Amino acid sequence: MKFRAKMIDVGCLNHFTRVVNTISKLTKTCILRLTPNNLYFVLSGKVASGGVGMWCELSQANFFDEYQLEGVAPDANEICLEVTPENLSRALRTSQNAKCVKIKLTKKHCPCLTLVAELPTLSSVSRVVTHDIPVDVIPRRLWHDFKEPSMPDFDVSIYLPPLKTMKNVVDRMKNLSNFLVMEANLNGEMNLKIETDLVSVTTHFKDLGNPPWGDDGSPGRSQSRDPEVMAHTRVDIRKLQQFLMGQQVNPSKAMCNIVHKRIIHLILLHEDVSLQYFIPAVA
Amino acid sequence: MDCVVTGGNVKVLAKAIHSLSRIGDELYLEPQEDGLALRSVNSSRSAYACFLFSPLFFSRYCVYTIPLGHAFRCKMAIKCVQAVFRSLSSLEKTVEKCHIELDGEKSRLTFTLHCKHGLLKTHNLSFQDSESLQAVFDKESCANMLRAQPRLLVDTVLHFPPSLEEVSVSVSGERVWFRNHVDDEAEQSKAMLTELCLSSDEFDHFAVGAQTSITFCLKELRGLLVFAESTGLPVSVYFDEPGSPVVLSVTDSVLEVNFVLATLSDDSNLCNHNNNTKRARSPPPPDDFMTDDIDSYLIAMETSELAGPSDALAPRCPSSNHTLTTQPSVDIHRRRLERGEEEEEEEDTEDTERPPNKKVSFVVKGLAVTYTTVGINVTLTPLPLSLYSCSVPLSLFRVSLSL
Repeated sequence: MKFRAKMIDVGCLNHFTRVVNTISKLTKTCILRLTPNNLYFVLSGKVASGGVGMWCELSQANFFDEYQLEGVAPDANEICLEVTPENLSRALRTSQNAKCVKIKLTKKHCPCLTLVAELPTLSSVSRVVTHDIPVDVIPRRLWHDFKEPSMPDFDVSIYLPPLKTMKNVVDRMKNLSNFLVMEANLNGEMNLKIETDLVSVTTHFKDLGNPPWGDDGSPGRSQSRDPEVMAHTRVDIRKLQQFLMGQQVNPSKAMCNIVHKRIIHLILLHEDVSLQYFIPAVA
Repeated sequence: MDCVVTGGNVKVLAKAIHSLSRIGDELYLEPQEDGLALRSVNSSRSAYACFLFSPLFFSRYCVYTIPLGHAFRCKMAIKCVQAVFRSLSSLEKTVEKCHIELDGEKSRLTFTLHCKHGLLKTHNLSFQDSESLQAVFDKESCANMLRAQPRLLVDTVLHFPPSLEEVSVSVSGERVWFRNHVDDEAEQSKAMLTELCLSSDEFDHFAVGAQTSITFCLKELRGLLVFAESTGLPVSVYFDEPGSPVVLSVTDSVLEVNFVLATLSDDSNLCNHNNNTKRARSPPPPDDFMTDDIDSYLIAMETSELAGPSDALAPRCPSSNHTLTTQPSVDIHRRRLERGEEEEEEEDTEDTERPPNKKVSFVVKGLAVTYTTVGINVTLTPLPLSLYSCSVPLSLFRVSLSL
């Protein structure tokens, strides 16, 4: 198993750091899958993570100038590691002005992802910072848990309102209730509702637009569905808030698929990164 | 005592006090002929700081000797003094001068801040008489010395998280490495290790003897760096082998600052750093008490010649049995040289099993110590200690306290 990669572009480094920062705000530990073409940060949506699932895909060519991978076996050319994204974030944070950053899989006192940054100095010799981040190698027999999630059979798909606005609304609502209902219809309308014994609050968003899913989605469903009817799901408000808190950059596209009373599937697309987040319904 | 600080120097004084507050809870103030000394030491005696302001720092500096014959010395809670200089940014803008005077009759130290618009802020602080707190150390005899602009050290320290307790500094001929020090065996497999390598080029002065590695507390270093960065003066670092204290100093024509920090002794360095697994580990000492902090601390404090702060931080290797669980709050702050002679008789040198690392082993029996302070005589007999032997690093640092 071998992994070595190198980043020399400052823009790429900043962008990668922001992605890692976002991931570190979403979860304490996650799986990092390395394949010849992509990197994935994965949370499998099991009970341990509170049912929340995450799938973040980066195309390695957009970040790294050099990328060498030798997977576990010739027919399974990938590496699966359990990492703490906060460590990675910390290591990247102070290397923002580095001339070059190398990441490799090493074995020190335990398997580690070693990040080596060469920092510019006034003298001829550069300063070298080395961070050894301990990781756990996930054996092949467990890989099936970390496969790309399939698109759920959603009832409504809608574009999200500006994330900042959503975050402000959700932050205020969190003080009042632990659960939030998200509902949307095919007319581009979305409501965020909370209801307690004392008060109920609803925020209405209009004219959001609905993504035109072609063969990907379930065209039959959406065509025959009454555009006024709302599909709704009740979720733990903290999970939604955590998702919104972590977002540092405005995505090019942000949408949400709702499976009635089952799950909320949030999709954020940036130029070279895609992030999917699944929040299950609570009773 | 009567002195006046004006203009920008008020801020320097304020920063010095804030810097000292990161070391200990009490500020020791001693006006001397050669200047005003502000000192602090931490509770475990493993860190000491001294700011010596020469008379030129002040626009007026008068020191009177009290009829009693010895110079005036006092200590006070540092928080009280910090309260006088609370907001640094407003100090700069509003305070024109600061007048410090001692009112012998009322036993008060008065800080008067003369601010703009004729505003006077007067703080009357009460103090306690104290003995002199002075560390005896010899910078010039240290084998290694580095001098760097504070910016370099600040940038270095930036790579380590604010929560990091201890940092290890290793030097060889051409380079310096800063690493985070991981204390606990259990944490080793999970902790992230960070290492920064600087070349000798980056330093203003780089004089290194043999390859060495020392470990000391980062928090106290940060205290000094904040001060140094604001003054822009270079920081000099003097150190020897592990166990010997490291002296960090910032000097200019009107000010001399020295921070003396204890370093972990060799054993701990070997145990805890993964790089050092390459070196042969010294065989475990025959006695369990060998690595017992408390023991070596107590011994160090009682045999005052060797009362080095490094001993307080000494062997932190997880050891199997600790029968002594008392805190160093057998809190023996001040003592007289009582056992000096006895300790010398009982010393034997160099445990032959160990790699040469300048340790001293001796046997100590239950000791009684007399502790004297102004007007009070207290004799302390420590908890029954059975006969045991332990090893203490030979330290250049001596805390000599005299009345």
